[in-house]
Amino acid sequence: MALESAAHTPPEAWDEIVVRVLKANAVRLITYVPDKVLAPLIRRLHADDYFTVLCPAREEEAVGIVAGAYMAGLRGIVLMQTSGFASIPTVLASLAVPYQIPLLMLISERGTLGDHQLGQAIVCRLLRPVLESLGIEHHAITRLDELEFIVGRMIQQAYATQAPAAMILSPLLTNRR
Amino acid sequence: MTATPFKSAERDAAKRMNRSELTRRLVSKLKREEAVVGGIGNTNFDLWASGQRPQNFYMLGSMGLAVPIALGVALAQPQRQVFALEGDGSLLMQLGALGTVAMAAPSNLAIVLFDNGVYQITGSQPTLTSHGTDLVAMARGAGLAQSAWAADEAHFEALIDLALAGGGPWFIAARADDQPPAGVTERDAARIRSRFMQGIAVAG
Repeated sequence: MALESAAHTPPEAWDEIVVRVLKANAVRLITYVPDKVLAPLIRRLHADDYFTVLCPAREEEAVGIVAGAYMAGLRGIVLMQTSGFASIPTVLASLAVPYQIPLLMLISERGTLGDHQLGQAIVCRLLRPVLESLGIEHHAITRLDELEFIVGRMIQQAYATQAPAAMILSPLLTNRR
Repeated sequence: MTATPFKSAERDAAKRMNRSELTRRLVSKLKREEAVVGGIGNTNFDLWASGQRPQNFYMLGSMGLAVPIALGVALAQPQRQVFALEGDGSLLMQLGALGTVAMAAPSNLAIVLFDNGVYQITGSQPTLTSHGTDLVAMARGAGLAQSAWAADEAHFEALIDLALAGGGPWFIAARADDQPPAGVTERDAARIRSRFMQGIAVAG
């Protein structure tokens, strides 16, 4: 019986795990520009009083808000999709990197593994080369059982080393049913 | 119906003032460790020249982000008054930020715009405000009801006094003349951040 009920307990969804890890690391300020894949996470964050959630008009703004909040003692994160990331290299290169700001980025990886949007597919190719050339730590998360480890460790390392971090949510994680 | 070119009577009526002098007047009123974020270029050069307060943050890049950075500081420290100083060219790059500030509605945030109508640091090419764009009207349209052109120096000081009393967000715009800045900011980004964090009581 015990075995059977355990088998019927649904595993924690990826968005639930992200919320739990953000809380465990006192990341209270959420800024995002919407993305369909991130929608369940965004809904969960809006519904939770622990978080202050802002949806500015552009990803660059989100980076500025999180940078300012960090300097004033409040931890934050920017949620975006791949095409949004492609709009922020100039502010990463002139704000987050030189000022040594532990900017957390959670990026939904669009444009790969079956995405039908041609624009997304092309812009997706920018993601890793830009992160590499700026020397920004990044990991793609493909497995539910590695999500907590990667996100938690990357957040801790970002603050410990005063450096931005890009956590890439692969369709292998977010689109697997 | 004919289309008549928009001309802002309010902006036209405002006196052109000196950015360095207005910055000094603003800074002289700061008695409670208020945070000030200076936008890229001559805006933060004049902030630097007004005295290197540890509560000043100087942006060396990220054009247009003075307002978002100041918003982040204001959200993190609701008890501290925060000013964002920005130029017209910079603000035009990130107009959505006005709506974001209106949505977040931090009572402790004031945006101060110095509108000289040109990209002064790159050779004084005209910005859109030289062609009729009224950034106070845009701020109001974005939802910042407390937005005004400073008619002259005394009015500028009166608007700053209002902002210092809280009740924000505020949008205070001043037309600026063509004089160069009074100094040049240091270029050590990590030191700027660290000093700012210590200045606003965060170990950096």
